[in-house]
Amino acid sequence: MDAQVETATRELSYAQAIQEAMAIAMERDERVFLMGEDIGVYGGAFQVTGDLVERFGTDRVMDTPISELGGAGVAVGAAVTGMRPIFEFQFSDFATLAMEQIVNQAAKMRYMLGGAVSVPVVMRFPAGSGTGAAAQHSQSLEAWLGHVPGLKVIQPATPHDVKGMLLAAIEDPDPVMIYEHKLLYKMKGEVPEGYYTVPIGKAEVRREGADLTIVATSIMVHKALDAAKQLAEEDIDVEVIDLRTIRPMDRQTIIDSVCKTSRLMCVYEGVKTLGVGAEISAMIAESEAFDYLDAPVVRLGGAETPIPYNPELEKATVPQVDGIVKAARDLVTGAR
Amino acid sequence: MSATAKKGAAKKDGANQPFIYRHYDQEKLRDALRKMYLIRQFEEGAEESYMRGLIHGTMHLSIGQEASAVGICLGLTDEDQITSTHRGHGHCIAKGADVSRMFAEFFGKITGYCRGRGGSMHIADVSTGNLGANGIVGGGLPIAVGAALTAKKMKTGNVVVCFFGDGANNEGAFHEALNMAAIWKLPVIFVCENNGYGMSTSVARATAVPNIADRASAYAMPGVIVDGNVVSDVAEAMHEATERARNGEGPTLIECKTYRYRGHSKSDRNRYRTKEEIEEWMTERDPIEAFESQLMEFGVIDQKGIEDIRESVRKEIEAGIEFAKESPMPEVANLEKYVYTEQA
Repeated sequence: MDAQVETATRELSYAQAIQEAMAIAMERDERVFLMGEDIGVYGGAFQVTGDLVERFGTDRVMDTPISELGGAGVAVGAAVTGMRPIFEFQFSDFATLAMEQIVNQAAKMRYMLGGAVSVPVVMRFPAGSGTGAAAQHSQSLEAWLGHVPGLKVIQPATPHDVKGMLLAAIEDPDPVMIYEHKLLYKMKGEVPEGYYTVPIGKAEVRREGADLTIVATSIMVHKALDAAKQLAEEDIDVEVIDLRTIRPMDRQTIIDSVCKTSRLMCVYEGVKTLGVGAEISAMIAESEAFDYLDAPVVRLGGAETPIPYNPELEKATVPQVDGIVKAARDLVTGAR
Repeated sequence: MSATAKKGAAKKDGANQPFIYRHYDQEKLRDALRKMYLIRQFEEGAEESYMRGLIHGTMHLSIGQEASAVGICLGLTDEDQITSTHRGHGHCIAKGADVSRMFAEFFGKITGYCRGRGGSMHIADVSTGNLGANGIVGGGLPIAVGAALTAKKMKTGNVVVCFFGDGANNEGAFHEALNMAAIWKLPVIFVCENNGYGMSTSVARATAVPNIADRASAYAMPGVIVDGNVVSDVAEAMHEATERARNGEGPTLIECKTYRYRGHSKSDRNRYRTKEEIEEWMTERDPIEAFESQLMEFGVIDQKGIEDIRESVRKEIEAGIEFAKESPMPEVANLEKYVYTEQA
């Protein structure tokens, strides 16, 4: 499945890559349509849908009222009955209003009905801090949904992956929740033209290393890679794994890496306690990799606080490159 | 209630027969009576099986509400879809489900409609257009609107019926769903079965407007109140709503005033309503009795015909319970099957 027809590549932003994926999907399959608040002429709060309404019309790029619960439920109902809706939450925080439809309906309908239906809905969640939008527009609640069987939850970190994984999500017969860090929208990267998919449920080793495994999600992949570069100058050789999917989690890639490096650090923006890193740590503790560990596992996650407004406070809330460098150095040199 | 008065008037005027006698042939009407019996006896059979420990969990019985389920579904095809509620056995049967597979589901068997994963609260038969009962009050409302969006996009000409109770009209999902159905003119019919109580809380104590149908004006759609215990009244309102929906004129809200004889669920001690109130509905306004006497009055059926129906339903229920008892349990090894779609 992976990158079947990769042709020429060119540089696109993460937001452009999403838009291109949605356009390709709509061209390929008339069942695909977009729903969300102000995704039409406005182009979406982050200009991800942009001018798609001009190409595809208001029937396929549907502005919804400000009704997150109802809108998400309409997408679920359309998916169950044969359409392929892509529902955009304006901010991932607003999805808290729609938890009923996501958690009780979309995730469980196939199971409750003994396999009689499937729910091929895609929901997009612009998430994360760093925009000065404060506590109700900056959260990273992907672990909430990662806790729910029946959902698939992905966090692509690059323009290449977000296009391929979104196309995979649209093809997927089950509900896929895609968490997009808002600071990634403007990030540029090489993106193949045309149709290709990047599989859901496969982590990617972004940098090979021998001394320490860092498993990072979303924007933290880039911070971890920056940290790894700095650490290389100190002869600390870091392996960076981009988790890409938090449910279903690619356990084997992490286990194999930890068996090799004997050290594990998890870096994620969501609140540290009960977050994605807790699951990775526990999974390693239960696995054959546990015997290989030379040091305790380290988690770097979000602070136990709402996201504050002040830029310095906001930065201090989530892991930064300096913090990753220091924690990794301490872990490898046994200073902790 | 004005609907009751209307019913009386229709009876006196033989030349102007009630809607269903003008609109459906006699066989269809006898089948409607049979469906009402099937619902009643199915639920009595389920209740008895529960008492005997053959069914676990809980269940919400709709005994007393059969006219609304049958009247609404009378003119629907298998392609028309419904979303149902936690009190959804009647909807499922009225839409055409097989009681054997329903019993099997209640018994937790692999032959059940949900392969033992859903039980009473998630009973569904997608093959006859039932997208499922729902354990969340108001949960089906946006889903029905989504199904209607599909119908409009795919130009199927089908309609979607969204059953919900009076309790759901105070959920945000109700208001969001009605608004979206109205702005997009979707082919959906919202059917409120107002049985007077959301669990123990009466409509008067929980809802600011006297009728649920009054809510319709806020969403610029017709709001129709009918006697939910009179099949013809329900079917007539539904017919008009269906025409409107199929013509692309958008949704309708129908409020069926009805009553449940049993408690909310199996834990109900009935402390919020009087015995007299229950008694009055059971003896004065039973929907099956009312329909039977009307059918006899218009010469659609005689006493013998009614007895034949009761007997054939009794046998069908008996066979259904037997099928459920004898069916195999799901395998524990397959616990996780159907969480995700199996992919090649």
